[in-house]
Amino acid sequence: MLPGESPSFADYLRRVAPETLPGAAGGNFPAVHGTTIVAARYRDGVVMAGDRRATLGSAIAMRDIEKVFGADDRTIIGVAGVAGIAVELVRLFQVELEHFEKVEGLQLSFDGKANRLGALLRGNMAQAMQGLVVLPLFVGWDERAGRGRMFSYDSTGGRYEEQEYCSVGSGSAFARGALKKLHDPSVDERTAVLGLLQALYDAADDDSATSGLDLTRGIFPLVMRASAEGVARWDEAGVRELAEAIIAARAGRPDGPRGAAL
Amino acid sequence: MSMPFYVSPEQQMLDRAEFARKGIARGRSVVVLRYAGGIALVAENHSTTLNKVAELYDRIGFAAVGRYNEFESLRISGIRHADLRGYSYDRRDVTGRSLAGAYSQLLGGAFASAAEKPFEVELIVAELGDDPGADVIFRISYDGVISDEENVAVIGGDAERIAQIVRDGFTADATLAGAVRLAARALGSERLEVAVLDRRSPRRRTFRRLAPPEIAALLQGEAS
Repeated sequence: MLPGESPSFADYLRRVAPETLPGAAGGNFPAVHGTTIVAARYRDGVVMAGDRRATLGSAIAMRDIEKVFGADDRTIIGVAGVAGIAVELVRLFQVELEHFEKVEGLQLSFDGKANRLGALLRGNMAQAMQGLVVLPLFVGWDERAGRGRMFSYDSTGGRYEEQEYCSVGSGSAFARGALKKLHDPSVDERTAVLGLLQALYDAADDDSATSGLDLTRGIFPLVMRASAEGVARWDEAGVRELAEAIIAARAGRPDGPRGAAL
Repeated sequence: MSMPFYVSPEQQMLDRAEFARKGIARGRSVVVLRYAGGIALVAENHSTTLNKVAELYDRIGFAAVGRYNEFESLRISGIRHADLRGYSYDRRDVTGRSLAGAYSQLLGGAFASAAEKPFEVELIVAELGDDPGADVIFRISYDGVISDEENVAVIGGDAERIAQIVRDGFTADATLAGAVRLAARALGSERLEVAVLDRRSPRRRTFRRLAPPEIAALLQGEAS
């Protein structure tokens, strides 16, 4: 690599094919929005879950959209906001990480990856000013630190490390409330995912743009985990089992787990 | 008034070829060959950090000999070409053929242009097919001439002789250890850099660089 040249794919794209960068003309047109993503740390790493709904105004545009993706073999990205730009942003970020790894022969550090995502978001600033906001959560296994880490972002590209749990999207306030009570960083993966699904259930309960656990169609939140063993996506049967348990319990207690207040 | 000497175009090309060939002959060779589980890229390389074989894309590997700075910049161009194409179309639309073609254009262009120095490199672009029959190995020489090799390709100073040894010992159903040992014997060295395009890999990216202990273990089987 020549001095002054960048190993970044996004920088290269900006130079040779700026029209392929994620983005839209902006303005007041209706756009499809993706909604709620939650993530939490557990004993061996991090888990993330995202609901499957996309909305267009008050209508449901899609019931089975995917908003949680593996960024590389150590990290996961989940996105809420304008779906078209969000999905493109994820694709660009995935190529960005892989491109650096191939050119330089080694992976970016965890903080390096988190910073690059912030830079890509800043590139979307003009669109964000026009209401086309995309907000990601970035989580993964930090090899060097030997633990799971999580970052949330704002629309200016600012990144903030989260320690216990985090959420983003229209139902995030409700999900955060649930996670605050349910989350326990010392539990195993299954229990942590159970907590995330409970939080998404509560978000769907109060936010019309978030989907719940759809047993009739068999559409469930998408769950991924990152640990020292790498990134894995939960299969549908695993999520269904937990979803059925939650729904059975909620049939008796619609508002979910009840705690002794102390 | 001084007149430039007349040099015939034929002579000019011969001189340039001579120049490039000399540069390449100084380097150590690289062998790329198919084995039962994929394609092995084996280079004689005394450095563990300055690589001669590399990953271009999910199923495409790159090998080079000659001047390091030249093939390093060609490698990066190749990664950019592949990533840009995969990003703007689809991952499946990145092919070894298109990459080999682009390299051929670059090398051929510099070779023919009087204003540029010809590249002193030779390249191999290998692509793993979905099934063994669809594997392709392209060899691109300093003048841009591109050839579609069957099973085995060798580049570097002593390519003809080494290729003959590898072809004589080649079997399509060899194990990785067998393929690496054959390449080591042909190259006459045990200081190797080895990478594979692994057909059995569960990952999307099939390229994998073997760690030095792993290579040593493969070679040690030789005694037994």
